[in-house]
Amino acid sequence: MPSRLVLGFILAFILLGPTLFAQSPPAAASPDSARLTKLEQATADAKSSADNAWMLTSSALVLMMTGPGLALFYGGLVRKKNVLATMVQSFAMMAVITMLWAMVSYSLAFGSGNSFIGGLHHLFLRGVGAQPDADYAATIPLQTFMVYQLMFAIITPALITGAFAERMKFSAMLLFMVLWSLIVYSPMAHMVWGKGGLLNASLGGKFPCLDFAGGTVVHVTSGVSALVCALYLGKRVGYPKESMTPHSVVLSFVGACLLWVGWFGFNAGSALAAGSLATSAFVATHFGAAAAVIGWSCAEWIRNGKPSALGAISGAVAGLVAITPAAGFVGPMPAVLIGLIAGAFCFFMVASVKARFGYDDSLDAFGVHGAGGTLGALLTGVFAVSAVNPIFKDAQGNVLPSGLIDGNAHQVLNQIVGIVIAWILAIVGTLIILKIVDLTVGLRVSEEEEVQGLDLTQHGEEGYSWEVTA
Amino acid sequence: MTKIEAIIQTSKLEAVKDALHEIGVEGMTVLEVRGHGRQKGHTEFYRGREYTVDLIPKIKLETVLPEAMVEKAVQAIVTAARTGKIGDGKIFLSKVDEAIRIRNDERGEGAL
Repeated sequence: MPSRLVLGFILAFILLGPTLFAQSPPAAASPDSARLTKLEQATADAKSSADNAWMLTSSALVLMMTGPGLALFYGGLVRKKNVLATMVQSFAMMAVITMLWAMVSYSLAFGSGNSFIGGLHHLFLRGVGAQPDADYAATIPLQTFMVYQLMFAIITPALITGAFAERMKFSAMLLFMVLWSLIVYSPMAHMVWGKGGLLNASLGGKFPCLDFAGGTVVHVTSGVSALVCALYLGKRVGYPKESMTPHSVVLSFVGACLLWVGWFGFNAGSALAAGSLATSAFVATHFGAAAAVIGWSCAEWIRNGKPSALGAISGAVAGLVAITPAAGFVGPMPAVLIGLIAGAFCFFMVASVKARFGYDDSLDAFGVHGAGGTLGALLTGVFAVSAVNPIFKDAQGNVLPSGLIDGNAHQVLNQIVGIVIAWILAIVGTLIILKIVDLTVGLRVSEEEEVQGLDLTQHGEEGYSWEVTA
Repeated sequence: MTKIEAIIQTSKLEAVKDALHEIGVEGMTVLEVRGHGRQKGHTEFYRGREYTVDLIPKIKLETVLPEAMVEKAVQAIVTAARTGKIGDGKIFLSKVDEAIRIRNDERGEGAL
């Protein structure tokens, strides 16, 4: 009998134990509850570590897109005498924009402020530490978010250098880029991605514009500014009469392949976590790029009779540009469609439109980034679906449709608002900056220096010295 | 002594070199050059823009030979370098007054 009693007691203990303990006062917290808290903490830490690992890797990948990716891509497209000057324009952004970001422009882009620009409370990275900011990314240190966004701020102005390649003073380029980063990039990044921004889709902007990784913020702003630069500076000496063929498509080829790989950090990293959204963006990015290679190459094959290597790599970049705003919102098949359209469209822009209007966008920064970015931003409003990314929710937390094919035709209008604002900001901002630089340090090198080449006249060195003597 | 200057297709250098070695030609100088004759070059496309390339890469091979070997050498070059199409190149012959071996100041045909 006593053994039965003991057994019953043990059973009751097992069944009721947790309830009894849960009811006990916190001062006498049981070991189980403490373990649970510990376990929750450990789970959160593990997720944070995983996300942080991916975000630091992505940050490095995006930096690799500027150097050596873009530097090689652009460097190969210019003439031999300008190869170093062109490469160092991208490289200079890695140093100069980093300083600027630390001092002021991170705060202007991502600090809380008004609808158009962030405030000044993060000057000199004050308050940017290990603690996450849940509005941006709840599982990674704010410092990781800051350095990841810095890599975008670096490559965006570097893209513009393609438009004024082979004729701008180095000093003028530096001043232009510092002003451009403050006047065009920071406000645009704030409007689309910053807290309280006018176009922010996830933090309740007035015109929620879907831009996953920078279709408007990066490619429209840089591409349109590039066109303004090309028109303002005028043509290179001898253009279009003299032959100005790329001096090494091989360098450009290596650069484009590095851009493609780096773009996974750019787009999949924009999920700001290592979960399934990152995978979805990764897949869309890759499919978009591959389809655009085929789009551009087919258009070129039909028009010129041969599919060129330069065409194939330019198509890849055009597709990557166009899929950038859409990457985290669309499925793989719409990504293929966006890529195909972007490849053919950008080929048409650089092969026909540029020749018709006669502007000298030396390396086609507008034809690829401006045109591809605008197209991509527009198509994002068409193909975004909530099944991929439930970004819009009503007050009760129910998921709302995203883009046109999802049943939200209105989104196309929001995309157009975002695109128009990016165009206007880029045109007005760039014109003002060009005027300031023109009046202070002067924009172009002298004709004599231009003929001699920027490597020698701006930097006192040459890219290649293959002397017979050792 | 006669100097042979042969401008040939870049792809024919190995064949010409071998043919000359076979008939006993011991020295030659090879230069990478660009130029055009009646063949007017080709077109290239970069991002849809057409460029005409009228100076085409060629190889210029120079050798100075004693008179007895000149005709044999010319025949060897013509046979080895011919494809029968426009752009096969040309051979020029000219008299050479003197040859001097720098190492020991030897003069004339012995210096070749």
